Amino acid sequence: MSAGVGVDLQDLWIRFGDFVAVRDANVNINGGDFFSFLGPSGCGKTTILRAVSGFLEPSEGNVLIGGKNMKGIGPNKRPTALIFQNLALFPLMKVWENIAFSMEIQGASAKERRKRADELLDMIALSDQGDKLPSELSGGQRQRVAIARALCAEPDVLLLDEPLSALDLKLRQHMRTELREIQQRVGITFIYITHDQGEALTMSDNIAVMKAGVIDQIGTGKEVYNDPTTPFVASFVGENNVFRGKVSEISGTEALIASNRSGMLRARISTANQGKMRPGDDAMVFIRPEAFALAPASADNDHLVKARVTNEEFEGNAFNIFMEGDGGKEIKVAIPNLGQSFESRLGQTIALDYDIRNAVAMPAGEMATE
Amino acid sequence: MRFSFLRLSIWFYMALFFAYLLGPLVIMSVTAFNSPSFPRMTPWECLTFEWFSALFQDERILNGIKNSIIVGFGTVILSVSMGLAGALMLTQIWPKLRATYYTIIIAPILIPGVVLGISTLVFWDRINRLLGLGADSFLSNGLFLTIIGQSTFIASYCMLVLVARLQRYDIGLTEAALDLGATHAQAFRKILLPFMRPAIASAAVLAFLASFENYNTTTFTFGAYPTLTIELAQKVRYGITPAISALAFIIVVLTVLAALANEANIRRKELAAAANATTVATVSGGIRLPRFLSGNPAAIILVLCAVAVITVAGTAATYSPAQCISDIREQKRIETEKRIQELRREREEREQSKPETTEPAIDPSTTPQSNNSGFGGVFAPDALGIGDDGATAPIEQPEESSGFGGVFDPGNLTTAPETPPADTENTSGFGSVFNPETLGGTSD
Repeated sequence: MSAGVGVDLQDLWIRFGDFVAVRDANVNINGGDFFSFLGPSGCGKTTILRAVSGFLEPSEGNVLIGGKNMKGIGPNKRPTALIFQNLALFPLMKVWENIAFSMEIQGASAKERRKRADELLDMIALSDQGDKLPSELSGGQRQRVAIARALCAEPDVLLLDEPLSALDLKLRQHMRTELREIQQRVGITFIYITHDQGEALTMSDNIAVMKAGVIDQIGTGKEVYNDPTTPFVASFVGENNVFRGKVSEISGTEALIASNRSGMLRARISTANQGKMRPGDDAMVFIRPEAFALAPASADNDHLVKARVTNEEFEGNAFNIFMEGDGGKEIKVAIPNLGQSFESRLGQTIALDYDIRNAVAMPAGEMATE
Repeated sequence: MRFSFLRLSIWFYMALFFAYLLGPLVIMSVTAFNSPSFPRMTPWECLTFEWFSALFQDERILNGIKNSIIVGFGTVILSVSMGLAGALMLTQIWPKLRATYYTIIIAPILIPGVVLGISTLVFWDRINRLLGLGADSFLSNGLFLTIIGQSTFIASYCMLVLVARLQRYDIGLTEAALDLGATHAQAFRKILLPFMRPAIASAAVLAFLASFENYNTTTFTFGAYPTLTIELAQKVRYGITPAISALAFIIVVLTVLAALANEANIRRKELAAAANATTVATVSGGIRLPRFLSGNPAAIILVLCAVAVITVAGTAATYSPAQCISDIREQKRIETEKRIQELRREREEREQSKPETTEPAIDPSTTPQSNNSGFGGVFAPDALGIGDDGATAPIEQPEESSGFGGVFDPGNLTTAPETPPADTENTSGFGSVFNPETLGGTSD
């Protein structure tokens, strides 16, 4: 990865009156990274983006771009370009004029602007659409024009505020790949805001998961998915089955949890929480639906859950099996589709085995409501 | 059946409505082309364009138009910029203050124009004195005061127009421009102003029209620069002539042409957009109109109207109604003479049959009636002078058909007293109305 310009947030607080939108954020974004802020709506991720782009002055703390403090520097003087959620293409300008707007500001001649705009139009595969108005383009095309317009300003950091949220599913998946490709080609730092964990996981080098103004975890997609630090991250990123209980025994990096309704469960303690759990503490065990495997009903050990099959959902590549354990405990299991069927087993009680490494234990806490 | 009745009554209502709306304008326009010196449609005498030349020879009217245009442009510039500033403020002000601010800025519309006029005058007079300037300073200049006075409330109208458009503006566009390196001034000039352009144009037209037709504020502030409305009001005080109809006609024609041009332009743009969207070739057949006209009724009407105006103007340049007017005069004279002789014969007959009566008793109902006046000629100056010797006199003025008698005709004022009542036939108490010489004096 080429050495782009990094962005650092130091002890960043942003308040609106009494409301704290961002609480003590400390983030170190490497130059040339594709960095995502992931969180539910209203968690303050857009506020962080506006602080980086300069539309908002932090209440406390600093924003550093390329090691330079941005305090008091307006949005038009920062080496950033923002792609707005609604794209904010200038409706009265043609596509090429939109793209070359930053050059117009610098006083470039129409010929120069047209030339640069045509280069960028080639890059986004809209070569002959330059003379149209933005309203005459489709959603995905407008999306790419917005990216081209931002890139034309040759920013060191490109900020993207949920740019794909208005697109339909197919286009969204296509644009994910395309965005990632563009980022790798231009080699500048991308800061990406999304509430869609799929987007964040597929595109990002690093992800910061946010909850109500607080950054819960920063890590690669795999780290965030496999080794969450808080119950919020575990439940917000991907699907998870949660088992509440109390710590009964700690042995090294593993813990034996006495779950409320599913018996004794052994699980790995997540990296950030090792050494923080004591026997008797409230705890949670998270096991992903795909971490379960079917086991003989007679099996009996400390990495096993027994439950009755209540429903089956066919998803094409996998079956989602809904089960009910003791005391009405709901469990979701995903089994790859290998041609089998579970319909005949509706109502039966089966045993679900899991690998201890795939079960994550951590102190009890607040979960995502979504 | 019921359906068609309903439909019929709707058409009837519409006809009534448009007659009510446009009737006065039509009548006024027609009077501009009729030759009598009082604006009237019936009886139609002669087609004439003299009222237009009279209009353009009237220094005061021309001066009024000039002042109105100067004031109009001044008001447009001032009101649109104040309105835009007010509208921007309204969208950016702290939300809790917005309602209060709106009320304050809208208030001038609700305040009577007279009050605005007086207060403008008093306020700037105070300022003028405070600064120790004389009566001929810029601050007491009629144009300045009129522009300021009219702008106080026209700016509010402009603001309403501009706010409507501004509410549809995405502030994100300004942010995007800033983000791409534009300064606030550049973002305003390159993004917001182009977006606001249609609303600014509407506001400017509105401001100009409101300024042009304003009377009640201007009447206090015009000073040495009377605008058209002021001049008209002053003129009408001394009598109305068809020259004013001619002015009204010109204004109506200009308005209609401007509206048609605007409509044609909008339609043209729509058609162009439609042509861009669908590149289907038009099926050719029959007469192909030029591109500008095809499928654009407003443009066709506009072209027809323009042709009509040019034709009329061309005719006016060569046409002379002198022959017609002298014919009419001759005809009237003959008619009058005939009537006089008739009356004389009647009287003689009566005198022969009843020699004992010295006083001619004429029954008003039997007298030949050619008087169209609604006021029975009571305003005729002759009636004032001689009418006290016989109440029958005014009723028998044969050629007076004006609604106001001859009171507005300056000719009457000058010639009437000169006609001596000491004519030989004049013992009858009819005044000198039947004297053909009077007619000559009046018509000239």
